[in-house]
Amino acid sequence: MTSTLTPVLTDIWDADQSWKLSTYTDRGGYAALDKALGMAPDAIVTAVKDSGLRGRGGAGFPTGMKWSFIPQDNPNPKYLVVNADESEPGTCKDIPLMMANPHVLVEGVIISSFAIRANKAFIYIRGEVLHVIRRVQAAVEEAYAAGHLGKDIHGSGYDLDVVVHAGAGAYICGEETALLEGLEGRRGQPRLRPPFPAVAGLYASPTVINNVESIASVPSIIEHGAEWFASMGTEKSKGYGIFSLSGHVTRPGQYEAPLGITLRELIDLAGGMREGHVLKFWTPGGSSTPLLTDEHLDVPLGFEEVVAAGSMLGTRALQLFDETTCVVRAVLRWTEFYKHESCGKCTPCREGTWWLVQMLTRLEQGVGEESDLDLLLDQCDNIFGRSFCALADGAVSPIQSSIKYFRDEYLQHLAEGGCPFDPMKSTLFADELEMA
Amino acid sequence: MTLLTDETFGELEAIAARYPEPRSGLLPMLHLVQSVEGRITPEGIEACAEILGISAAEVSGVATFYTMYKRKPVGDYLVGVCTNTLCAVMGGDAIFERLKDHLDVGNDETTADGKITLEHVECNAACDYAPVMMVNWEFMDNMTPTSAVRLVDDLREGKEVTSTRGPRLCTWKEAERVLAGFPDGRVDEGPGAGAASLVGLNLARQNSWSAPSGGGAERKDKSIESGTAETKGGAVAQADTSRAETETEQEEGKKSD
Amino acid sequence: MTTAPEKTDAAVPDTVKTVSVTIDGIQVSVPENTLVIRAAEQVGVQIPRFCDHPLLAPVGACRQCLVDIPDAGNGRGFPKPQASCTLPVAEGMVVNTQVTSEVADKAQQGIMEFLLINHPLDCPVCDKGGECPLQNQAMSNGRGESRFFESGGLKRTFPKPINISAQVLLDRERCVLCARCTRFSAQISGDPFIELIERGALQQVGIYEKEPYDSYFSGNTIQICPVGALTSAEYRFRSRPFDLVSTPSIAEHDACGSAIRVDHRRGKVMRRLAGNDPEVNEEWITDKDRFAFHYATAGDRLTYPQVRDTDGELRPASWTEAFAVAARGLREAGGVGVLPGGRLTAEDAYAYSKFARVALGTHDIDFRARPLSAEEASFLAAKVVLTGPANGAPTYADLERANRVLLVGFEPEDEAGAVFLRLRKAHLASGTQVVSIAPHTSRGLLKMGGALIRTAPGDEAAALDELGMTGEHPLDSTSVIMVGERLATSPGALSSAAGLAARTGARLAWVPRRAGDRGAVETGCLPNLLPGGRPVADAQARVDVATTWGIDSLPETPGRDADQIVAAVNAGELGGLVVGGVDPDDTADPAAFRAALDAASFVVALELRETDVTRAADVVFPVAAVIDKAGMFVTWEGRPRSFDAVFTNPQALPDSRVLAGIAEELDRPLGFRTVGEVRAQMEDLGPWDGDRAAFDAVVNTAPTDTSGETMALSTWKQLLDHGSMQDGDDNLRATARHAVARVSRAVLEAHGETVTITGDRGEWTLPAEVADLPDGVVWVPANNAGNGVLADLASPGSRVTVKGAQL
Repeated sequence: MTSTLTPVLTDIWDADQSWKLSTYTDRGGYAALDKALGMAPDAIVTAVKDSGLRGRGGAGFPTGMKWSFIPQDNPNPKYLVVNADESEPGTCKDIPLMMANPHVLVEGVIISSFAIRANKAFIYIRGEVLHVIRRVQAAVEEAYAAGHLGKDIHGSGYDLDVVVHAGAGAYICGEETALLEGLEGRRGQPRLRPPFPAVAGLYASPTVINNVESIASVPSIIEHGAEWFASMGTEKSKGYGIFSLSGHVTRPGQYEAPLGITLRELIDLAGGMREGHVLKFWTPGGSSTPLLTDEHLDVPLGFEEVVAAGSMLGTRALQLFDETTCVVRAVLRWTEFYKHESCGKCTPCREGTWWLVQMLTRLEQGVGEESDLDLLLDQCDNIFGRSFCALADGAVSPIQSSIKYFRDEYLQHLAEGGCPFDPMKSTLFADELEMA
Repeated sequence: MTLLTDETFGELEAIAARYPEPRSGLLPMLHLVQSVEGRITPEGIEACAEILGISAAEVSGVATFYTMYKRKPVGDYLVGVCTNTLCAVMGGDAIFERLKDHLDVGNDETTADGKITLEHVECNAACDYAPVMMVNWEFMDNMTPTSAVRLVDDLREGKEVTSTRGPRLCTWKEAERVLAGFPDGRVDEGPGAGAASLVGLNLARQNSWSAPSGGGAERKDKSIESGTAETKGGAVAQADTSRAETETEQEEGKKSD
Repeated sequence: MTTAPEKTDAAVPDTVKTVSVTIDGIQVSVPENTLVIRAAEQVGVQIPRFCDHPLLAPVGACRQCLVDIPDAGNGRGFPKPQASCTLPVAEGMVVNTQVTSEVADKAQQGIMEFLLINHPLDCPVCDKGGECPLQNQAMSNGRGESRFFESGGLKRTFPKPINISAQVLLDRERCVLCARCTRFSAQISGDPFIELIERGALQQVGIYEKEPYDSYFSGNTIQICPVGALTSAEYRFRSRPFDLVSTPSIAEHDACGSAIRVDHRRGKVMRRLAGNDPEVNEEWITDKDRFAFHYATAGDRLTYPQVRDTDGELRPASWTEAFAVAARGLREAGGVGVLPGGRLTAEDAYAYSKFARVALGTHDIDFRARPLSAEEASFLAAKVVLTGPANGAPTYADLERANRVLLVGFEPEDEAGAVFLRLRKAHLASGTQVVSIAPHTSRGLLKMGGALIRTAPGDEAAALDELGMTGEHPLDSTSVIMVGERLATSPGALSSAAGLAARTGARLAWVPRRAGDRGAVETGCLPNLLPGGRPVADAQARVDVATTWGIDSLPETPGRDADQIVAAVNAGELGGLVVGGVDPDDTADPAAFRAALDAASFVVALELRETDVTRAADVVFPVAAVIDKAGMFVTWEGRPRSFDAVFTNPQALPDSRVLAGIAEELDRPLGFRTVGEVRAQMEDLGPWDGDRAAFDAVVNTAPTDTSGETMALSTWKQLLDHGSMQDGDDNLRATARHAVARVSRAVLEAHGETVTITGDRGEWTLPAEVADLPDGVVWVPANNAGNGVLADLASPGSRVTVKGAQL
């Protein structure tokens, strides 16, 4: 039986100076690259397909299949772009990964670029994580110095250049076509598809864009084989993933496990909810995924399984809130986030989030009628699926799901003319304050 | 008066030269402008426009889209408090209120001594360390109102402050220079991972849990066959994007002509 | 870099693959790749939209055009409504719009509601009210009450309006962020000076403050803006569309023949918009076409005939007296030269042409009110006249089909805006390579992706002789060579251009600067040409004309050209002048022209406004502006462009009527009074079916001397300058490009940032700018400083010196 937790990407994180090339190679790093360079590129693509790896950035599209969409007969250069713009509220796996183990990403980049026959790769890292950028910049430099990057890598005849690119603060640049816009030096607004990035992506050339964790998983697949990867996980959600627990749990942090683990199991591993408190609501994959409650503790955390429960697996960003938390306050704050991050291109997101924030603010302050909830839901209905990209869908998901499960709490605000919760009780330092 | 020297122009051009299309350099170039000028200045915009051969209006469009580009001079330390939902609930709101009061500034304002610019920030991907503060884009984890006050007081007094799981803090301009792609030699400071990042790994060590050994010796006792889709159509159906119409559906749409 | 598609001169195939779709239950066949929103229009369904525009690449940003697609053509439907403006049709697709689908209707109403929440209720004070797509579509696809207001919503506000240029005002609150304006500027005109700035609900259209939106085509954004966010300073608050009558017309500012709409109220033109003519100017016009119409109501507009009295002063006279005095004066003058100018309609030009021959018995007529040459006159008679779209002359569409378009002595962005836009479009969409024989890469050339064959003025012939079917810029039968009127000052250039066309099979187009130039050629306002392309030197042609006109005969030898007329008057060989719209400062020798006005014993002037010519004339006739007469302009292609009078103004007589009046008094009637009668005569005479005039080619073997201390002077008129037809709109003038001298980098470094240029007629001191000019060439705009180059600085083809100066 597969172990409860399966450290692969996180295995090196407790090593001394884990980010350095020497530490990585001491543990067998870059051996997978050697193996890959001895394979035909298409064989690598097949291996990744067979492994069942699905995009770890939230969408869950089969990675190998995405690679196979690159038209190899297109005369333009091919590009690999790593989406390291981790900004989805609750998501915090790529940042520590790049901080502690940037080389597994670099190795993954080289193997993946080789597979799609790209000679230039870009790692687009959100700008707000300075030390991560230092670590990845240094890892790339070390790789060049050791001959893992540059010309004629390991004598294979394959050339690859990698550029580390710092973003400048825009959640929307996590959307792949908006990321390409940012990478091209433009405003980060999503692009019309078709054409799709596989055909016309960066500089209108065939491009693969993958999440950090997806690319970082590739060396292990090459090293241990597709079957090994597929031996973990569920029927349709293969492999391991990093589950990020945050919020009112005793030991928040990163837990690397096969897909399919349940929240109940994870909370247990994390030492249970805060002493004396119970789980009230949670997100499976960040704020853009519909809320779930204690009814869903036993849903296996795989792609299809979570959809069946009415939400989405997303990035396994498990934000856990206990009974001290006001749902309305939480939803309002997320909606303010979406309004702030809306790129402005399309009407329903730009204007819709403006209006949603105003309505939710009034509701949180206890102003309004029950019919305002219906108006709110009608706005959500007019936004969901009507906008240019999925940001707006993410914006309305918390609202719709919170009203579904916690309508009474909204009504309570109205009845009491304000928020019935004490915000101090939900803080990390609540106990301190009580004792003070 | 501009502080952009010939050397800065040279560095701006070098940034653009890293990319197949020079315009790609614009985001890091604007970081470099900030590292020299302390904010985005008209001179900086014009320099980027000139080097890239695009209009100043186009550069302005980019400079005003991204939140890391500041228009007013930034203090030595850009102190951000995450007030997105999780951090806010965990105490970010209380921290932000306390700091506004203590420093006597509002959001996006700088203290009179020019040391601290306070702002609230969005989720910075450290939710397991909530409440999170960022100082010049370095993590300050598990903050409380008390520790936050101590932090800003230390900064104002010129004490050397270290990130809770990173290096010694540098100034905001120095940080911007690193973001522009010019390393500052601090990469080996700080741990690989903080405590929260290691909880899962520690638990695995304690219980001797590991991934299956290579070659797939251990299997789950479910059916081995890959449950992921074999066909493009199946893959699309499985993908969690319920909205993006992929290449596959387009292709299939065309095939049905 | 992708390779350009192969171009042949084969005609576009008639059969285009079609696709059958069902829209709201109605089946329709449309060409493949048609967008659903366009296909719906074909079955009479207007899906509401803002960001969509047929001439701009689709973006799908506003989301107003959402429709329900139960079957995408493959048996499966889209689960969510789709933007019909970005979706091409597929065979068997089933589309349900707001007409038949509640889901689509609700989605559209939802979007409309969102658009209105931050939209200010400015309608009572907004220019767009009454012709506003937002108003209209809010009525048809929105709800009547505001739920936002009821829910206590607060709109975002901005200070308003702000100037994004002197002419264009922006009300940011009204903007629905369709980005039509920024897309037009970036894609169509290539002037990305407006851009979206900020993010989210605070996103707005903006400029970089130091660089206002000074684009020659900025006015088009006002027209395509679907709300009142962009307005013109000149028109703001002036009228409501329901007060206006809209009369289609043709722009009078260049030889492009752009279709315009003249919107007027109670006898006054309030504004002009672009008309829709896919074959010529699509839906775009220059700012000059749009805004420069106030010259017709300038304070110095002539409104009654004047006669110079015995005391030497001009005094008002009746029309009959003026006709009589003019006739007597011309009869007694002892030889008269006729200078019609280049701004006439074809009918008026025909009248001048007939007047010269029938009433005055002379071929001394020349419409060219600017530097000219005999080579040019021969070129026009041999290579240009009678060519047109009907007989294979290059058209706008041919520019897009050409593999290469060669520009010689021609700057489209300044001199023919519609041609510029079409060339830029050809470069971006069809892979057409633009090549320019010019002294430097102008902004316009850059925007057309053009290649420069760097050539000093005067060396164009040699440069043309180097080109052919091979080499770096090979021409073939799809290519088009476009030559400008400037080549008249470069001996041999026109001849070499004709030679190049002959040896490569490329087609030749002559692009003059004025709307009436080509029509004047067609109607024989040249010393060597009679109407309809009939050479003066051809006996049979003379007989043909004389017979039709009912006169005994015509002089056998060609007459004097404009320069020769001026010289002859100054020498006493000619005594009289009949002058149409001519500005002395435009001619090759303004001082000589002015001297001739004084030296002549009798001058008759037909003009719109008071000028140096009218002040020197013996009889002054006010003539109708284009709004007051029907007429026809002929484009550079040879395409006739007719228009009706906008106003019925009995006080305003076209030039043809005035000349008919004088001719009657001379006892040599012209046989027409109205424009209709002129047209009938023109049709009756018809085109000459005999041979064209022979071309007296000129070979220029002398290269320009670029050594020594003097420099060659390159110059042309920018679109917006001191031209008198731009008078009356200060905002428009304020958007003109500044007068600068362009020099090579070496010259700038040698002389500094301010230079004094000295020529044989004076000197100018201007700020200097670097351009990729040869070291021995300096460029100045022809009419953005003082009275213009020809009056103030240098004679055509002469050399100048450049020195550093202090401001």
